[in-house]
Amino acid sequence: MANELNVLWLQSGGCGGCTMSWLCADSRNLFESLRAAGIELLWHPALSEQTGAEALEILRRCAGGETRLDVLCVEGSLLRGPNGSGRFHMLSGSGEPMIHWVKRLAAVARHTVAVGTCAAYGGITAAGDNPSDACGLQYEGELQGGLLGAGYRAGAGLPVINVAGCPTHPGWVVDTLMTLALGDLAEKDLDSLGRPRFYADHLVHHGCPRNEYYEFKASAHKPSDLGCMMENLGCKGTQAHADCNTRLWNGSGSCLRGGYPCISCTEPGFEEPGHPFAMTPKVAGIPIALPTDMPKAWFVALAALSKSATPRRVRENAIADHPVVKPAVRRTGLK
Amino acid sequence: MTRLVVGPFNRVEGDLEVTLDIAGGAVRSARVNSPMYRGFEQILQGKHPLDALVLAPRICGICSVSQSSAAAYALEQAMGLDVPENGRLARNLILANENVADHFTHFYLFFMPDFAREGYRGRAWFEGAAGRFKAVSGSAAADAVPVRGRFLEIMGTLAGKWPHTQTIQPGGSSRPVEASEKIHVYAVLKEFRSFLEHTLFGDRLETVAGLDSIDALELWAAARPANGSDFALFLRIANDLKLEKLGRAYDRFLSYGAYPQGNGRWFRAGVWDGKSRELRLDAITEDLASSWLAGPEAPRHPAQGITLPTEDKPAAYSWCKAPRLAGRPMETGALARQVVSGHPLVRDLVKRGGGNVKSRVVARLLEIALVVPAMEQWVRALKPDQPFCSHGELPEEAQCAGLAESARGSLGHWVEIANGRIHNYQIVSPTTWNFSPRDREGTPGPLEQALEGTPVNAGETTPLAVQHVVRSFDPCMVCTVH
Repeated sequence: MANELNVLWLQSGGCGGCTMSWLCADSRNLFESLRAAGIELLWHPALSEQTGAEALEILRRCAGGETRLDVLCVEGSLLRGPNGSGRFHMLSGSGEPMIHWVKRLAAVARHTVAVGTCAAYGGITAAGDNPSDACGLQYEGELQGGLLGAGYRAGAGLPVINVAGCPTHPGWVVDTLMTLALGDLAEKDLDSLGRPRFYADHLVHHGCPRNEYYEFKASAHKPSDLGCMMENLGCKGTQAHADCNTRLWNGSGSCLRGGYPCISCTEPGFEEPGHPFAMTPKVAGIPIALPTDMPKAWFVALAALSKSATPRRVRENAIADHPVVKPAVRRTGLK
Repeated sequence: MTRLVVGPFNRVEGDLEVTLDIAGGAVRSARVNSPMYRGFEQILQGKHPLDALVLAPRICGICSVSQSSAAAYALEQAMGLDVPENGRLARNLILANENVADHFTHFYLFFMPDFAREGYRGRAWFEGAAGRFKAVSGSAAADAVPVRGRFLEIMGTLAGKWPHTQTIQPGGSSRPVEASEKIHVYAVLKEFRSFLEHTLFGDRLETVAGLDSIDALELWAAARPANGSDFALFLRIANDLKLEKLGRAYDRFLSYGAYPQGNGRWFRAGVWDGKSRELRLDAITEDLASSWLAGPEAPRHPAQGITLPTEDKPAAYSWCKAPRLAGRPMETGALARQVVSGHPLVRDLVKRGGGNVKSRVVARLLEIALVVPAMEQWVRALKPDQPFCSHGELPEEAQCAGLAESARGSLGHWVEIANGRIHNYQIVSPTTWNFSPRDREGTPGPLEQALEGTPVNAGETTPLAVQHVVRSFDPCMVCTVH
C-alpha cells in the first residue's frame, strides 16, 4: 500500500520548461494516476487554483510545520545575486528572496527534489559569467555545495534528488515521485551526482537510431545530414547519462532523432562546454572527448578500421538528408 | 486609498507581482513587477552565434520554439540563406504546434479554473463550470492534459522533443521527414481536430473560423445547448459576467506576422489602432525609467540596447523594460495578430469593445480553429525526397534581426555579430510589451492601463476580476525579463 505523499512545487531561476515537459507525461490522466499512487499536489505555480495570499498561506503552513511537507520540488536555479542578496528573484507577494523560502522549506521537507538541471546543478542560468549567481540546490556545477550545502539531508535522510535534464523527461519526474510514494528510493538508488540511477545508469547513445553510422564512423557534416554527429557536430551521446533513446520524448522523439546533437543536458556544467555546442573539439582530427569507458588507442584503431570498411550506402547516406542509397534487397533469402 | 500587493500570481508562466491602489471599489492604479532576473542577454555575449540556438529557447519553457525561431530567422538573415519549401513548412508546423498547444493550455489550465472558484457559487453556470474547470481536479484538466500531450507528439516526430528543440536551424529544419512520419503527424492532427470539434467547440473548425462578426458569434452560441461545448460555456460565462467590459488597455495592437509563406507571412505583420498601419521597426525603443537596469538616459532601439542590472534605482519597480513603438505602449498577442491580419470577427470585436478579457480569449480560440486546418495542409505539402535545410557560412560581422510570433505575441531578437562572436543580443518578448512598467513619461504599460477601473469587492485579497484581466493576456513572465 502506497503512503500518502504531498508535494509542494516551486519555480525559481529557470524557464518553467520542466513543468511544461512534465505535463507531456505518457498517461491517460496524469493527475488521476498521481492521486491513485497517493501523490497529492499541495500547490503548483502553473496549475493550482490558489493565488496570492492563499498561495503564500500554503507555503507558510508548510514552513511552520502545520502541514507535513513530504516532497519539496524545486524547478529552476537558485539565484543568489546580486551580492548574495537573492534579490534577482523575490517570491512575489512575500517581500522575501526565493532562496530564503527554499532554505526554510528544505529544512522541513522529508524529501527535496531538484526538477531539472537548473535546480540540480545551476544549469543554463549559470552559463556565461553567471550574471545572477545561479546555483543548484546542492551543487554548483560539479562541486557539492550549492544553496543547501554539501552536508544537507532532507528529513528522510536522502540528499537532494537530482532529476537532471534540460528539460527533464516527464517520465523521470513521475517515476521519481512514484518511487518515493512507495518508499522505495534509497541512497544507493542515486548515482554519484545525485541522479536517480533508473535513468542515469544509461547512456544517451543506447538505442540511438544513428548507431549504424556511429559503428562505421560515417559522420554528418551539417544539420539535416543523417550520419553520426559525434565526429563533427558536437554530439555527446556516448558520454551523457540518460535513457533518452530508449524512453523517448513526446512519443517518438529524442535530440538525435530530431536531427541535432546531444549536448549532455543531464550533466553538471553542460551549459559551458568550452566549445560551440554544435562543433566537436578535436586534436589532430580526433575528437578530444571519446566514448565513456573506451581507451583512446582502441577508439582510434577501431575508427580507422570501421571507416575503411564503411559500406557505400552508409557513407553516402551519412551526408544526405534522406537515404540516397536504399538497403539492398537480398534475393537469396535472409540467413 | 488602500494598497494591495498580489503575489505569487500563479497560473501564468513564471513569477508575477501586481501592486494595486484601490479606492471606491475599483483599482485606481496598478504597478506590475516582473520579480526575476536571469540575464540571458549578458550570457549570450561572447558566445558563438550558433550557440543562440541552444541558449535562446531555454529562456522559456512554454515559448521555447518561438525563441528558437527568432534566433534562426536572425542568423539566416546574417547568413543570407533561402529556406527550402520543406524547411519552411516543417518550421511552421513546429511553431504552430507550440502556439496552438499554448492557447489550449492557457484556456484549460490557466484561465478557466478561475470560474470554478467559490466566489462564483450561486451563478447559474457555476455547477457546470466547477465540475468542468476546477484546477487540477476538474474533468477538463483530465481531458485536456493527455490531449495536449498527444498533440505535442508532433514535436517528437518533427523536432525531437519539446520544449528546447534544436531542430530549427538557419536555413530550415535539421529533421528530414519520411513518408510514414508525414502520415503519423497528419493522423495526430486529425485526432486533435476531433477533440476540438467534439469538446472545445462542438462544431466544425471551419465553421468557427468562419464566424465573421459579433452577431454571428452570438447567434452561433445561442444555437448551442447549455454546456454544449467548452467554448459555448465560456461565452455564456463571459456574457453573464460582462467580461467584454473588463481589462481594456490602449487598443493599439502590434504583430510581426506569423508563419512565413511566399514573400510574406500568412498572418500579416503590422499595427492596428483603429486603422491598419505599416509597422516601422525602427520606431521601436526600450525605456528603462522604471526598470532595475542601468543604461542610457534616452530610450534606445533594441539593436543598440543594453541590459545591465542595478539594484540601486529608487524609481524602479520591475526588472522588465518598457518597449514602446513611436513612444507608445502596444498590446500584442492572438487578438493583435488577428486584428492586424484582418479577421472579420476580431475586427468587429475590437471595433465594438477593444481589447478586453472576452475578446482576448475569443481570439485565442479562433486562432486554434484557423491554424489546425492550415497545419493539415502544411504536413500534406511536405516532400520527403526534397531538401529540408540550406547551408552557408556565418559572417564575421553582421547586424541582424529575427521577428517571430509566439502564442502570446510579438517576439524580436536583435543581434550584432563581431569577430565571429555575439557582440550584442537584445530580446524583446511579447509580455515585455504587455506587462511593461511605466516609461519616463509616466505612461503605464498595457496591463497597468487595463487594470485601472477593475472592480474589487470588499474583503477580496486577490480580486477575481483582477485575475481575469491579468490572465486574459496569457503572460509569460520568464520571457518578459529573460
